[in-house]
Parts: sequence; structure tokens; C-alpha cells
Amino acid sequence: MSMFNRASNGSGGGERRLRWVAGVALLGALAGCERPPMDVLQGGYRGTAMEQVINPRLDAVKAAQNVVPPSSPPAPADGQPLASSVYQNIQVLKDLNVAQFTRVMVAITQWVAPPDQACNYCHGANMADDGKYTKVVARRMLQMVRHINSDWKNHVAATGVTCYTCHRGNAVPKNVWFTNPGESSESGLIASNAGQNKPEPAVGYASLPYDPFTRYLLNAESIRVNSTEALPSGNHTSIKSAEATYGLMMHMSTSLGVNCTYCHNSRAFAVWDQSTPKRVTAWYGIRMARDLNNAYMVPLTATFPAHRLGVLGDVAKVNCLTCHQGVFKPLYGVSMAKDYPELQGPMASAAAATPETPAQGQGTSMPAATPPTAALTTGH
Amino acid sequence: MSMLSFERKYRVRGGTLLGGDLFDFWVGPFYVGFFGVTTMFFALLGTALIVYGAAIGPTWNIWQINIAPPDLKYGLALAPLRDGGLWQLITICAIGAFVSWALREVEICRKLGMGYHVPIAFSFAILAYVTLEVIRPLLLGAWGNAFPYGIFSHLDWVSNTGYQYLHFHYNPAHMIAVSFFFANCFALALHGSLILSASNPGKGEVVKTAEHENTYYRDTIGYSIGTLGIHRLGLFLAVSAVFWSAVCIVISGPFWSRGWPEWWSWWLNLSIWK
Repeated sequence: MSMFNRASNGSGGGERRLRWVAGVALLGALAGCERPPMDVLQGGYRGTAMEQVINPRLDAVKAAQNVVPPSSPPAPADGQPLASSVYQNIQVLKDLNVAQFTRVMVAITQWVAPPDQACNYCHGANMADDGKYTKVVARRMLQMVRHINSDWKNHVAATGVTCYTCHRGNAVPKNVWFTNPGESSESGLIASNAGQNKPEPAVGYASLPYDPFTRYLLNAESIRVNSTEALPSGNHTSIKSAEATYGLMMHMSTSLGVNCTYCHNSRAFAVWDQSTPKRVTAWYGIRMARDLNNAYMVPLTATFPAHRLGVLGDVAKVNCLTCHQGVFKPLYGVSMAKDYPELQGPMASAAAATPETPAQGQGTSMPAATPPTAALTTGH
Repeated sequence: MSMLSFERKYRVRGGTLLGGDLFDFWVGPFYVGFFGVTTMFFALLGTALIVYGAAIGPTWNIWQINIAPPDLKYGLALAPLRDGGLWQLITICAIGAFVSWALREVEICRKLGMGYHVPIAFSFAILAYVTLEVIRPLLLGAWGNAFPYGIFSHLDWVSNTGYQYLHFHYNPAHMIAVSFFFANCFALALHGSLILSASNPGKGEVVKTAEHENTYYRDTIGYSIGTLGIHRLGLFLAVSAVFWSAVCIVISGPFWSRGWPEWWSWWLNLSIWK
């Protein structure tokens, strides 16, 4: 009898402990979660689950972080001398008059320069002097902005970009990337991690290769890994390259705050006529980032001081997050550029890449302007 | 009649939940009962509606027939028949048929004076279906979040719903559910092969019983769960697999809007190493 009692007491205590542990574990799991209600936006035919699930409480926080600053009043277009006839060493903004030129300079100061340095961040006592590296970089960045606004309308459309789209008041945009050399195998028995298996935000905290940028946004390795036939014979892409592609896609999704179905119908990722039109915009976006990195950032490598470079001595580069910052359209699609015609102008420099169009390769044809899906209501 | 000649069948009266003696009879080997009638009603009506849906749809290709839920804009309201209303009626029929079948199982258990283990186990399958088609859509605010009825179309739904969370294998409840499915399969294979090995001895050997079965696993891994225990384990594994499947889908959306890999940042953010 006493043995029974002891036994039942013992098991009762163990059960209580177990319940307590399970309860705490469950609460812990819930604490890691969000709560309903959610906003769900339909992006495909009903029942296809091409939907964006948006937490309105998190979205409100993000919206407050992505507000466009007030524009300065437009500069008079007439009755002003050209800036290049008044100031010296003007190479890019030669087409602007003095009022327009001053307006751009003031705007850049607010968008980019640290407040305690203001004009001095780029200019010395002689405003025309190119002694500070920041001024040389800023000139190239002005060319880049004009290049984006005039030559990459396939991606930025009429919304366009300004310095603020990336900089947001920071001298260096918060979201830039350097080539990540990964971990070496020098310490102990553990082999090199081959640039993966780390919960990096760059790939949405997955174990996927965390530097897809060097492959795809600097180099032009093939992103497409899908076979387009049932029994593929000529597809030599590997699982490793598929993982790198997945890594890039994780970056794109998290950078835009959307899921895979924003662009793809996952029943056939590669097929254009089953994808949404947004995939076309994204396709140009990849080419745009690659163009900007190669034509604008890499040539500036020697201009930057060492402390602005990455561990491999490479220059800071752009990816989707640099502009988008978690939003499907940077700054929720509010156009700042329309208030700054000075930044739309024709660019003087060479290196203007002619945008390509998505390849018609591997049996998948480019989509027409309209998707096959009805009810495309992912406007927001 | 499908009964084998040596299978004596005893028919026990009573034990019904509804209707007393009404429908308390057998048709051939099958017990009917009130819930047998409602099962037939809902199953036939639902099937007829599916056929009707296929008839007004674009294809008779069995793989491509698709009866989809309404657009999200209808929320939790009724939709026009051709715009998802059919899906709503079929869902009602499906739940009616599944629940009727479970209650018919309960009545048979009562007739025979048995425990309710079978209907309880089956109710977990119903729970998974209701979670997908009712509970989750309710939590997300629209029937359009449910899966469509169609062989390919429901698979497409599963795929896209997974990719709504970027990488579904990082869903913790999905991990648990998959583990239970594998463990369930493993246990069934061990059990089935053990029973067959005991009942199919070598030439000249007699058929073995539970003592041999227990001894086999005691020799192999030092422990045998026993003849009753293996069935407790099997039920636990199977029911757990289904339960955690339901959990893994109901948390996707209502309780998490981002990629599942990111969910694990609570681990990275634990104060002991952050």
C-alpha cells in the first residue's frame, strides 16, 4: 500500500513537473508568434493561395519608418543663369540653373550629409575643389540617380529614385553589402561552411548560402535552375546553385516584405505566363542592381578610404534591400523624384547600359503585359 | 454478401445516439443507423455538387477539375454559386459526411460495448480537415483562404501556401508533424514485420506467440513495448502526426505572417548569448 502511495505520489509529481515544462514551452512558442487578425491580399485566381499575409500592426511600424520627407519648393526654371556659368568644376549638373543647382545641393545635404558636417562633408573651403573623396563619390552618385531615372524605367517606372530612396539621412545607406568570404576551416576539425548554414538576415535567416549577391548582383551567374521538361537531359545546374538561387529569392522576398507568391505561382516558378507581372519588374531590378554595382560602385573602389571597404577590400554595393528596405515599393511607392526634375535629367557619362529584356530561353516565353491571373488586387 | 463463411456476425440492437430504433438495422453486412443515412445524404449530395461543378467548369479532365473557394472579397459571407458558393456547399456536405461517419462509429462502439478509440482517432482527421477549411479561414477572415477541391488545384494551393512563408520546412509544428509521420511509419513497419515473422516461422517450426515477439525486441534493443503497448504507441504516433499537421497550418497566417526561418530568431535572441 505504502509502495503504491509512493509510486503514485512520485508519478503525480513528475506529471505536474512535465505539465509545467510543457506549459512553459508552449507559452514560449506562442511568444515567438504573432496574433490575428491579419490582412490577406489576393494576388491570383481564387483558391490558388497566391496571397500576401500582412500583419497590420507590424505594417504600421514599417509605414512610420518609410515616410517621405517634405519636398522643398520648386526652383524657378527661367530667369536664372546656368550654374556652370557661375560655379567652377561642375561636371554633371551642367544643365541646371543656379536656383535648381542650389536646391539639389541643399536637398543632398539633408538626405545624405551628417548634420554636424553639412556642406563640409563633401566641400572644403574651395567649393570647387575635388579634394574630399565624398565629393567625387557624390558626383558619381548623381550620375547614377539620373541613369536610374532615365534608363531603368522598366524597374523604377515614373516613380523614380532620389538620394533619399537609399540614404534616408545616412552618409552611407544602411543596407549595403560586401562580398562575404565566409568562414575558413583553419580552426579545428570543422570544415569550411561553404558560405552557408548561418542564420543570416540576408537570406531570411535560412541556412541557404548567405552571399548570393556576389554571384548574381555583381557577377552575372545564371539564376535560373529549373528544368522545363519532365525528364530533363540538358540541365546541368546543381542543388548548390539551386540553393544560391533560393538564397537570392529569400533576399528579394524579405527586402520587399512579400512572399514568393508576389511574383511566382510556385506550381511552375520558371514559367513567365504563370507568374505575376511583378516578376517582370523584379527581373529588371536584378539587372539594374547588377548594372549599378558594376558601372557605378566597383569603379569607385579606389576612391573610397579603406575604412569604407569590406573585408576583402571591395566597395559597398547595392541589393534590393538598399532601396526597398522591407517595402514592396520603396517608401510605399510615393514618388519623391517627381518633385525633383533636377534628378531626372539626361546623364552626361558613358557606361549607360542598355537594358536587356528577359530571355526567351528554355521554352518559357516572356509574358504579355497582362497576367493570366484574375483579380490582381495586391495594390496596397 | 461479403462475409466469409467462418465469420459469425452478431447483430446487437440498441446503442443509438439519435432516433431510437429508427434505422437501427443492417443492409447486407453494413450497419445503417441514423448517421449512416446522414452520411449517405451528405456524401451523395456533395459528390453530385462536385460533378455539377465539373459540368459548369472548363474541363472534364479528372486531374484538372477544380472547384475553388470564393475570392477573398466575399470574406466570411456566402458567395454566388459559380463564384465559390458551390465550394461552400460542398464543404458543408463534406463536414456533414465526415462527422456522420464518426458518429456512426460511436453507435457501433456503443452496440458492442467497446471504447471510443476508433471514432476518437478518426475525429483527429476531421479536425485536420476542419482546421484547413473552416478554422484557419475564420481566423484569416475569408473562406477564400481555404484549399480548393481538385486533384492538381489543391496541390498547387499547398505549394503556394507553403511559399507564403518562404520556407515551410522551418515551421516548428511542421517539423514535429513530419517527425511523427516518419516515426508512425517506422513503428508500423517494425510491428507489421514482427507479427508476420512470428506467424510465418521456418519449415518445421511452430507459429510463435507474444513471448517470442517480446523476446525478439528484448534481444535486439533491450526492451519490448508489449502487445498492447505497441497499439497505444501506434495510436499516439498517428494521432500526433495529424494533430501537429493541423497546428502547423493554423499557425501559418493567423499566428505568423513572415518567413518561417525568421520565426526562429527568438532562439538567436535568447539573452544568454545575444
